[in-house]
Amino acid sequence: MARTVYQELKLTPQVWMLALLVGAFIAGAAWSVLYIEHNGHIVTGMNNQIVWGLPHVFAIFLIVAASGALNVASIASVFGKTVYKPMARLSGLLAVALLAGGLAVLVLDLGRPDRLIVAMTEYNFRSIFAWNIYLYTGFFAIVGTYLFVQMARGMPNKVITGVGTAAFLWRLALTTGTGSIFGWLVARPGYDAAIMAPLFVAMSFSFGLAVFILVLNALFRIAGRPVGAGLMNRLGRLLGIFAALVLYFTAVQHLTALYAAEHGDIERFFLRDGGIFTTLFWIGQVVVGGALPIALVFHPSVGRKPGTTLLASVLVILGGFAQLYVIVIGGQAFPLEIFPGYEASSSFLDGQIASYKPTLAEFALGLGGIAVAMAITGLGVVALRILPQDLSDETIDPHAKPGEAA
Amino acid sequence: MKLPALKTPAKDITEINRREFLRSGAAVATVALAPGVTLMAFGGEAKALADPGKRWGLLIDVNKCAKDCTACVTACSDEHGWEDTGNPETDPQWIRKVDLKDKDTGREVSLPVMCQHCENPPCVDVCPTGASFIRPDGIVLVDKHTCIGCRYCMMACPFKARSFVHEELEDQKSYSPRGKGTVESCTLCVHRIDEGGTPACVEACGKTGNGAMLFGDLNDPESEISRRLAEYPSITLREDLRVNPGVHYSNI
Repeated sequence: MARTVYQELKLTPQVWMLALLVGAFIAGAAWSVLYIEHNGHIVTGMNNQIVWGLPHVFAIFLIVAASGALNVASIASVFGKTVYKPMARLSGLLAVALLAGGLAVLVLDLGRPDRLIVAMTEYNFRSIFAWNIYLYTGFFAIVGTYLFVQMARGMPNKVITGVGTAAFLWRLALTTGTGSIFGWLVARPGYDAAIMAPLFVAMSFSFGLAVFILVLNALFRIAGRPVGAGLMNRLGRLLGIFAALVLYFTAVQHLTALYAAEHGDIERFFLRDGGIFTTLFWIGQVVVGGALPIALVFHPSVGRKPGTTLLASVLVILGGFAQLYVIVIGGQAFPLEIFPGYEASSSFLDGQIASYKPTLAEFALGLGGIAVAMAITGLGVVALRILPQDLSDETIDPHAKPGEAA
Repeated sequence: MKLPALKTPAKDITEINRREFLRSGAAVATVALAPGVTLMAFGGEAKALADPGKRWGLLIDVNKCAKDCTACVTACSDEHGWEDTGNPETDPQWIRKVDLKDKDTGREVSLPVMCQHCENPPCVDVCPTGASFIRPDGIVLVDKHTCIGCRYCMMACPFKARSFVHEELEDQKSYSPRGKGTVESCTLCVHRIDEGGTPACVEACGKTGNGAMLFGDLNDPESEISRRLAEYPSITLREDLRVNPGVHYSNI
């Protein structure tokens, strides 16, 4: 394998146009934050039943995808697959960028974002939320170090592997923490399950790789550098395995719940009677985000086309948003069962399916998180030697036969 | 109604604590809301007023709770300044009347639900900053200075007892701190209890003649609430979670 040459992305008019576009989305999010802060959350669709809304769906998607985006680097330095090595720098940068975007949304949706300093100085160590603050900051530090050792001249491989392993273990802990934010909610039938942690880890593998594939291809197209069809095929198949893993954990989650009579009501809600949530589950998550991309990437002829991997990535991301919408919003929409065996009603909407209509402000804030992630990635590839000059199959894996995936 | 909590020793402790509390100078955290309006926030110092020997609680006799009566709700709203603006989805409700119908027998009852002041409160466990806290006397509160409005406590509360302040507030009560962007819930009228009084809901329920609510010290075996709990069957909500609420219900 030839020595990989990394080169900054040149600032072409096309890059400036994209920067402007990303800037517009960030400006939109800034408007949204000021608007919500000035008026209070009354201008959002959130209420006292659905307390976490669309911004949380975006934030959690980005945070989960962040740790997954690091997988490509891990596969290279922890699992020793040299084909992935040229992409490791972008993998680390994208991971940091996505986490920053997700956290920005999470923090700006707080009732009191001005009190961020309180969140950084006052800790309740019984709270998985507080642990997550350490997991997030630690992720920045470890992945930052990982990027540094990858890019430093003459760094021994042993060091890169060591830091890479630490980053890999940390990312597993981080997604376990994110899943446990829901898994440890003992009172809510839609959450309260240990499987939330591994489910979120599987989701991170899948969503993170999908985002990585799209960003890699977009940047290489802008830079006019080649990405090999064999590499795309390989990434597509890996994505298919990860998407299948998400479906597997989802199936186990619902089958386990269905077995217990006490969860019958909420399972009927998710799987049959939940309206938008049921549709998003079956059509969004299972078909669009699962079965379809898996079928596409493993199709004997269609699966070999680079465009198929791109399409599968888009589908996995759409399915991911659908899945998180069902988990976050759907899980809250189903009423708490405070009085088992009774029909409950009250002025506080006890016993009723809660309604939630997201507003433009929430959507703008969520999109702003994606824009922040893109802006950081863009700045990184322009300022640093992140992108390899060439990802054609002959360059990264001279022994590969054309179109063959390992 | 007899108030078993009003015993001289308890008052002495309260007064000693209050003197120390004021002497410390840091105890009463105040925040300027608008010219001439300051609010006391329930800081960690609020624990100084609590008597660790007590566990305050309620016993609600559902048989005595009239279906159409909302005296407790009105009293709480008046006392603390939260109100019904016609938007039940976003209006704070520190206490609500829940109507129940037994799915098998059709029997109907009505009862008030508020913060259950759990001994092992999930809201306190999950709060990242420790703003949700439990006083040594069992009252669960939110420190308005350290609540960042993340709403995780609302996700965790098994009783839907907490509300998020969605809008700007006006004309707040100085003894009942509230704030846009923070989470709030029943304080068990801690400001009254620390003065040796009774929660407003209990007082209002007594005035209607229903007398469905009894307030007192669960740790004192001689208190009326303890004697009644010892004598008659009662339950707490979501007993399966073992959070040990301070609010008990009889005759559901």
